[in-house]
Amino acid sequence: MQFRWEWEVFLRDTGGGETYLDWMISAWGWTLTVSACSWVVAVLAGSVVGTLRTTPSAWLGRLANAWVELFRNVPLLVQIFIWYHVIPSLYKPLQEVPSFILVVLALGFFTSARIAEQVRAGIQSLPRGQREAGLAMGLTLAQTYRFVLLPMAFRIVIPPLTSESMNIIKNSAVAFAVSISELTMFAMQAQEETSRGIEVYLAVTGLYMATAFAVNRVMAFFEARLRVPGYVGSDH
Amino acid sequence: MGALDLSFFNRELITNFLWNGFVFSVELTLVAMAGGILLGTLLALMRLSDRSWIALPAAAYVNTMRSIPLVMVILWFFLLIPFLTGRPMGAEWSAVITFTAFEAAYYSEIMRAGIQSVSRDQVHAGNALGLTYAQTMRLVILPQAFRNMLPVLLSQTIILFQDTSLVYAIGAYDLLRGFSTAGRNFNRPVEAYLLAAVVYFVISFSLSSAVKQLQARIAIAR
Amino acid sequence: MIEISNVSKWYGTFQVLKDCSTRVDKGEVVVVCGPSGSGKSTLIKCVNALEPFQKGEVVVDGISVGAPGTDLPKLRSRVGMVFQHFELFPHLSIMENLTLGQIRVLHRGEEESRDKGMKLLERVGLREQAAKFPGQLSGGQQQRVAIARALAMDPLCMLFDEPTSALDPEMINEVLDVMVELAHEGMTMMCVTHEMGFARKVAKRVIFMDRGEIVEDATKDDFFGKPRSERAQQFLSKILHN
Repeated sequence: MQFRWEWEVFLRDTGGGETYLDWMISAWGWTLTVSACSWVVAVLAGSVVGTLRTTPSAWLGRLANAWVELFRNVPLLVQIFIWYHVIPSLYKPLQEVPSFILVVLALGFFTSARIAEQVRAGIQSLPRGQREAGLAMGLTLAQTYRFVLLPMAFRIVIPPLTSESMNIIKNSAVAFAVSISELTMFAMQAQEETSRGIEVYLAVTGLYMATAFAVNRVMAFFEARLRVPGYVGSDH
Repeated sequence: MGALDLSFFNRELITNFLWNGFVFSVELTLVAMAGGILLGTLLALMRLSDRSWIALPAAAYVNTMRSIPLVMVILWFFLLIPFLTGRPMGAEWSAVITFTAFEAAYYSEIMRAGIQSVSRDQVHAGNALGLTYAQTMRLVILPQAFRNMLPVLLSQTIILFQDTSLVYAIGAYDLLRGFSTAGRNFNRPVEAYLLAAVVYFVISFSLSSAVKQLQARIAIAR
Repeated sequence: MIEISNVSKWYGTFQVLKDCSTRVDKGEVVVVCGPSGSGKSTLIKCVNALEPFQKGEVVVDGISVGAPGTDLPKLRSRVGMVFQHFELFPHLSIMENLTLGQIRVLHRGEEESRDKGMKLLERVGLREQAAKFPGQLSGGQQQRVAIARALAMDPLCMLFDEPTSALDPEMINEVLDVMVELAHEGMTMMCVTHEMGFARKVAKRVIFMDRGEIVEDATKDDFFGKPRSERAQQFLSKILHN
């Protein structure tokens, strides 16, 4: 069997006045946009939920626990279908919302459960005396979290957060299932239309890997910037 | 759409639509777990080798797999297997091979941590008894590594079970496909997806609770 | 200044404090000692409500600590506390550790807080370390900063929870010296410590605790001269022989 590369496929017209290369770049943009928006949702929700799990309030802790279990024990694809098919039909106003937003919420909340776990672990890994020292000088519980516990907890959480950020980019591929025109969707459709699957998949895979690598470097930069002098990082 | 109508969910639906999908999801999970752990252990041993021509390919394989979305890996295998073998292959078989190869990368990271969690003196003690490298690994190190990592291996398997839903991308008939097909046939997609979520949740949640208990018991036993 | 009346505390069914009563008057230094697990740290943490208690009452400067309406942050800001493991905030510089409470709790200006911080650092002999981070200081230095941090709030009284027990032997004295000086200035102090030399030098009274009870509450001379309880005698002979 003879295989010949045919990279010119990317210069072919899709039939809509643009080349497959144009299409792929815009699909990459969608992947980045979905990932970035989901990341913001995930970090915000995850921080709040993870923090709540360490507060003295029992019922807030249970609520936060339920959140984590709910979003952790249902496959992401099923969650995306729930956001896309189920929730808008149960709550009409959401029918007006573009599917992009629904996917961002799905991926964001799914990831928030994992980030919440890491934030909780980060806060709990701090010595108990830190909380007491904050309270002892007259800070309120909220101030103790804001000025004493969370600044350290976030530094501890950066390495696992890095891998979660890379996971978000990978997981955004699941958005193909509700027709978001991101990289995986592009790969499937371009493969079908051009029959040059290997070239298409290679290019898409390369973009995914390059993106993940870039995210890794950016997070490493922040980790270095935020390093506390004289403090030995948790365990890495 | 009005209130939820679950009347279509009956015994017939289960036997006609869901059971086959459920069985495939479970089979896929179990086969990929067994194959993945086996292959993963091998990869872990390779990565820990002093010889770089053994360690590097294993590292490259693991890191590549871990940096690509699973959906893309599924698509790749579905495209490449017929291309390389010259024969068409069904989505189900393709899924089994893909998941075994993909999960091996993740299991190998767990096994590598497990092997490293066993003190180096255990290796020395094995060697001092006159055991060969292979014997030391098989009889001394791996059993301990496996036991230390059992909860993590099982947690990974629960993730694997959830990830099997992604065979949707190549149209294999699994549990989720069963629900979505039923939903379409009875024109009840909302109820079908809700039920799918409930079923996945119940299975994953009870398994992860069991793993947590196991973990607690291991912690006490130590 | 500090009045502890009939305080009892349980962890589940386990009673850690049994009907404890004592008082610390203005300008007094009281040392609390006892074997580990005797509840002395728990008792001292009840004074600023870091540990809640189920029965009894603690009154600090006329304010009941356990009462529902008490403004705890305000009360705590008037009670300085020094911890066994220093508990400086590792992500803040030494100066920021000293100004955090002044700015956020007492609402002092940045400038004023820094001046105050600098004065206190000078006093504990660590002026040059202001820009460093806690992780870059030795244990003894960190504990001296922690004392300065507590003093920066102009406290009415100070609580010390085993301030020297996590230190290497050669660093204990630099911390004790600061504490002795503080005592001589008339600071009201309640100190959980095993440093009997410190107790002899500055304490007015010594409290001995065992299994959650205050077994002995005597003047310094009585305690070291003729402790009444057998448990206190045993404890004293053990630690004085070391």
